[in-house]
Formats: sequence, C-alpha cells, structure tokens
Amino acid sequence: MAKKIRILLAKPGLDGHDRGAKVLARCFRDAGFEVIYTGCHNTPEQIVNAAIQEDVDMVGLSCLSGAHTYLYPEVVKQLRDRGVTDIPVVGGGIIPDRDMQPLYDAGLKALFTPGATLDSIVDWINTNIAAKE
Amino acid sequence: MLFTQELLDKSSLLRKKWEDEVKRVVAKNPDQKPEWSTVSDLEIKRIYGPEDIAGMDFENDIAYPGQYPFLRGVQATGYRGKYWTFRMFSGMGTAVTTNERWHYLLNNGQTGLSTAFDFPTLMGYDTDSPKAKGECGKCGVAIDTIEDFFDLTKGIPLGKVSTSMTINPPATILWAMYCATADIQGIPLNQISGTIQNDMLKEFIAQKTLMCPPDPSVKLISDTIEFGTKYVPKWNTVSISGYHIREAGATAVQELAFTLRDGMEYVEDVIRRKGLHVDSFAPRLSFFFNSHIDFFEEIAKMRAARRIWAKGMRERYGSTDERSWWLRFHTQTAGCSLTAQQPYNNVVRTATEALAAVLGGTQSLHTNSLDEVLCLPSDHAVQIALRTQQIIAEETGVVNTIDPLAGSYFVEALTNEMEEKAWEYIHKIDEMGGMVAAIEKGFPQLEISDAAYKFQRQIDAAEKIMIGVNKYNVENEEVDIPLIEIDETVEKEQLERLAAVKRSRDSRRVKECLEDIKKACEKGDNVMPYCIEAVKARASVQEICDVYREVYGEYRDPGIY
Repeated sequence: MAKKIRILLAKPGLDGHDRGAKVLARCFRDAGFEVIYTGCHNTPEQIVNAAIQEDVDMVGLSCLSGAHTYLYPEVVKQLRDRGVTDIPVVGGGIIPDRDMQPLYDAGLKALFTPGATLDSIVDWINTNIAAKE
Repeated sequence: MLFTQELLDKSSLLRKKWEDEVKRVVAKNPDQKPEWSTVSDLEIKRIYGPEDIAGMDFENDIAYPGQYPFLRGVQATGYRGKYWTFRMFSGMGTAVTTNERWHYLLNNGQTGLSTAFDFPTLMGYDTDSPKAKGECGKCGVAIDTIEDFFDLTKGIPLGKVSTSMTINPPATILWAMYCATADIQGIPLNQISGTIQNDMLKEFIAQKTLMCPPDPSVKLISDTIEFGTKYVPKWNTVSISGYHIREAGATAVQELAFTLRDGMEYVEDVIRRKGLHVDSFAPRLSFFFNSHIDFFEEIAKMRAARRIWAKGMRERYGSTDERSWWLRFHTQTAGCSLTAQQPYNNVVRTATEALAAVLGGTQSLHTNSLDEVLCLPSDHAVQIALRTQQIIAEETGVVNTIDPLAGSYFVEALTNEMEEKAWEYIHKIDEMGGMVAAIEKGFPQLEISDAAYKFQRQIDAAEKIMIGVNKYNVENEEVDIPLIEIDETVEKEQLERLAAVKRSRDSRRVKECLEDIKKACEKGDNVMPYCIEAVKARASVQEICDVYREVYGEYRDPGIY
C-alpha cells in the first residue's frame, strides 16, 4: 500500500477563526491523508517544530486576521533557517490580490482563496505533493 | 386550543382537496428539487395550516408583548417608543483612529458605540509581546493601557452614550478602564451604561479567544456580574453570544440551544459561587444573536429564544421578577453569509438579514458592510450599512406594528419546532453535567464541526446556493473595492506609546497593584476593585492577564475537529 500523505494544518498567530481549518482537517482525513491539526494560536516556531517532528509532507496555514503577510513568510523562513527545504507550505484565507505575489515570492507554494472548493484543494495536493518514502 | 374543532374539520377537508391538486400538478410538472430546507437543513413543508399549530395555548405560548412568555417581545410598546439601537461595531489601528471613526458614526445618526479590539488586546497581550507581532491594529483597535482608553473615548459623553465592548478573556480589565475613565471624569458608575461581551463559554465552543481554563474563566465573569449588580447597575455585564457559534458553522438550532444553555450556566455559577439571588442579577444579562440569510428561520429563532429564556428562568431557577425573564438581545448580520465574490451583492444579503432581526424583535443591531469580507470596512461602506438600518426603521413601515408575523401558521410552527429541538440539546447538556462539562467533552465543538463540514460539502455540490460562489459566477472578476490597509507604522506608533507610558508611570505602584490582584485571585475575592486601581496606575492589559495566567493556568485550544 502506498504511504499516506501527511499534512500539518496550523493556525499561526492569535486569530481564532478555525472554521476553515477544521473543515479542511475533516476533508483531508476523508480524502485519505493523515492530518495533524494543532489548534489555534501557534507561533511560527511551534509550527516549524511540529512540521519537523511529525515529518510531514506539507504544511497548510490558515489565518484570517490580516497577519498572513507577516506570519506565512515567517513559517517558510524559519523552516529554511532550520535547513528544511522539502516541506512545501501552502496558505489559505481571504488574501487580497496585492498580497498574492509577495507571498509566492516569499516561498509559499500555493494559496487558496474564497471559492476554492474542497475537491479542488485535494486535487492540488494529490497532483503536487508526494508522500515521503 | 387556538381553533375550534369545527374549523379544524373544515381545514382538514380543504387541505385534502389541496393535496390532491398538488399531486396532480406535480405529476405533470415536478418540483424544481425534491427537498426544501432552511440554510441549516431544517426541512420545510410546502404549506402550513391551522393543524400545525392547533396544540398551542394562547395564554401560555403566545399572549402579548411584555407578557409572559414574551414570544412577541419584551417591550409593551415595540419600536414605537424607541427603535433598536443602531450600533456599528468598529475599531481599527490606534485609539486615535478609532475615536475618529466613532465620531463619524455618531454624526451619521448612530445611537450606540461598539468596540472592536485587535487580536493582541482580545487575547490579553500587549503590542510589545512577541506573540503580537504583525497583528497590531489589524482587526480592531489596540489598547495597551488606560492612556489608549483616554484617546479612544475622547469627546464621547460616557454618561450619555451606551458603549459595547467585544472583549472576553480580559473583560475585567477593559471594563475597569471604562469605569476608571468615567470615575476620573467625575461620572458616577451608576450612570454609565453599556455592555461587555464577557462570554467565555462561547470562546471555548467557537470564537477561540482563549486565556485561562473554563472554570476560572467563569469565575471572572461571575466577579463582573457581582460587581455590576452592586455598583454599575445600568451595565450589561455579559452578552451571551450565539453570533460566533453560528459563524463557526453551527445551525440555527445549535446557535439557539448552546447560547441559552451558556446563559443558564452563568446563572447557575453566580447563584452557587456568589450566593446572589437570581433576580438580583439576571435582569442585566443580555444576549447576542446572528441573523443569517434564511429569513424565517432567523425570525423563528429569535422568537423561540425569548420563550425559552422566560420559561427557563421561571421554571429552572424560580425567578419571580419579570425583568429576569426578558431576553434582550443585540443582533449582527451574518459575516459568514457574505461573499468575497461580487461583493456588492452583500448589501442585499445584509438588508435581508437586518429585516429578519427587526421582525424578530432585536434591541440593537449591527449591519455588516459590503467589504467586510475583504478587509476593514471603508467609511463609505459603513455608511451604506448604517443607512440600511435607517431605511428599515424609517421607510419600510415594518416597525408600525409589533411582531407582525405572529399567528402565521408557518412562523409559529417553525418557532415551536426550533424551541423543541433547542430544549432537546439543553437537556442533553444538563445530563452531561452542564456546559463546562460538555465543553470539556468536546460536545458542542463536534456538533458544530459536523454542521460546518456538511454545509461546505453542500456548497461545493451546489445543493445549497451562494450566488457568485456556486451559481452565477463571474469569470476573472475584477473586484474594485478600495481596501483599507493597516500598515506597519501603526505597530511602530503603538509600541512607542506603550514604551512612553511604561517609562513615565510609577512602577512600584504598578507592582503593588498587580500583587493585590494576585492575592484576590488566590483568595477567590472579586478582582474588579483591584483591576480598577491597577489600570489607574497604568498597569497594562498583558500585565494583569499574566497574573491571571500565572494563578489560573493557561488554556490551549485542543483543536477538536
């Protein structure tokens, strides 16, 4: 049997709007991924620690406070600082157009904004993320 | 019995005839879809008639406004004496910026204030905490010390305008700042009026601004209720909130049930912990509901809420003061019903939801701005949202008569059904040992997760429709909404302000005050008088919250899904 894709879902910062993250956690579980959801209020450092310890294949971030411009790149940066380059980071939320390019430039692998269906996100993962051997 | 047997017999006869006709037509032209339900998935019948409400008792179930069980409203005069309070939730950047917005709203005919705080303030951190980095002023106003509070309330007559503050874990502190500011201005505490949200149970269930574990969190709330009862009698010390429960994905029935059961938990705690009589404090408990897009479901929910609360207060807690039976509530239109796509459509959604809130008998209303799904609202968008309320109040005529939908077979039947389903939840939570116990088991959290996931699947499958999301989409839409940006200079400015306060205050005095709060926490005394002294001495929000965290422990979101 093929190894399951392991995903860390995390909410960086102080934002507590976790509806989207929890819906995705269930969706990923139903799609056959292994999901680690760490709840609200994680610092970038906590997220990076969890990603390394759990040896995940992808990190998904959700933040709806407007602090994504700082927090998402910070997670990518801290992963790199720890020498981790094989865990892609993706983000979701209401991300204004003007923030998109800077976030991609900072190393976010994909961004999912309003209107993205659950199936489209699962498809993206199946296409772009492979379980580590 | 509402109807005579003769009428029911007649109705039954005519209904049979109508059903035959429906069958004949549907056989030729089938309905557009097999099932019709509310946004919360409550199934709705094609028609309702006398037989659907025949079991109701006019005196005990309906009656008149201002009469038990208050189905038709708590005020005898309805909106003729006074409209609901037009209360727009606002806060952004620094206290100075927010103060400007407040004056703008008051000049536009707003009748009450409502404060949005930024995340660090909401969570009990100062702007200079590493946890606050990147968040300052983004979702609301940053308040670190009472100096910010002075700027926030500059030129606002605190003895005249009622102010609502959406603050939960640090509610004791922000309320202490309000009380201290009034005191310094020479306004007696028994003259100030307003509301602190101060509802921690729904934080564990839904909104997740968290600090201490459930039991000490409820203790702090009981402290405020006790203090308010004694010294600030015009203040609503808790706004028991369904809004966030609904936004987290709950159904209307779940919102209704969990909110009212939260309210009952506070009542039970104050009676047990403080030894107060229910009627000494219950009249100041207030509520806060969501008004979602399903028009009649919302109206029925608000009507049912009043009846459940009245019955519960009388029957469960032996309350004999009518004012304790009144469920008074603020309403906010549903943020989660708005769409980032084709955002101007949000004006229509908000107007529909606001109309439902008014027909449901709200005492206070916030209408969302069309751009709130994208960013903090612009002045122009806020003005349209406020005008929406004013048009409903002064043009549409819906305020002319009280509870105009009473007696509608459908609305009464739906109200009854929602009440019945809510009681089932309430009894289930009773059996678990109350709401704190239910939260510790993850019960309400999981019920809401189920509903949220199901709804998202229905949206993705276009079984429920959101215009612009899964129907009538516009390809490559250009959104021409001006986005307000809170840039990094706000954080820099706020850091400088905080540093200046910390430099100039008497730090020995601050330390003494914090020590007093710690002792009060350890002994189980009421913290409010000590908080007022501490904020006057310029202790910061985080400094006081750190005391709470130290004594009571810190609560981490278990991430139940």
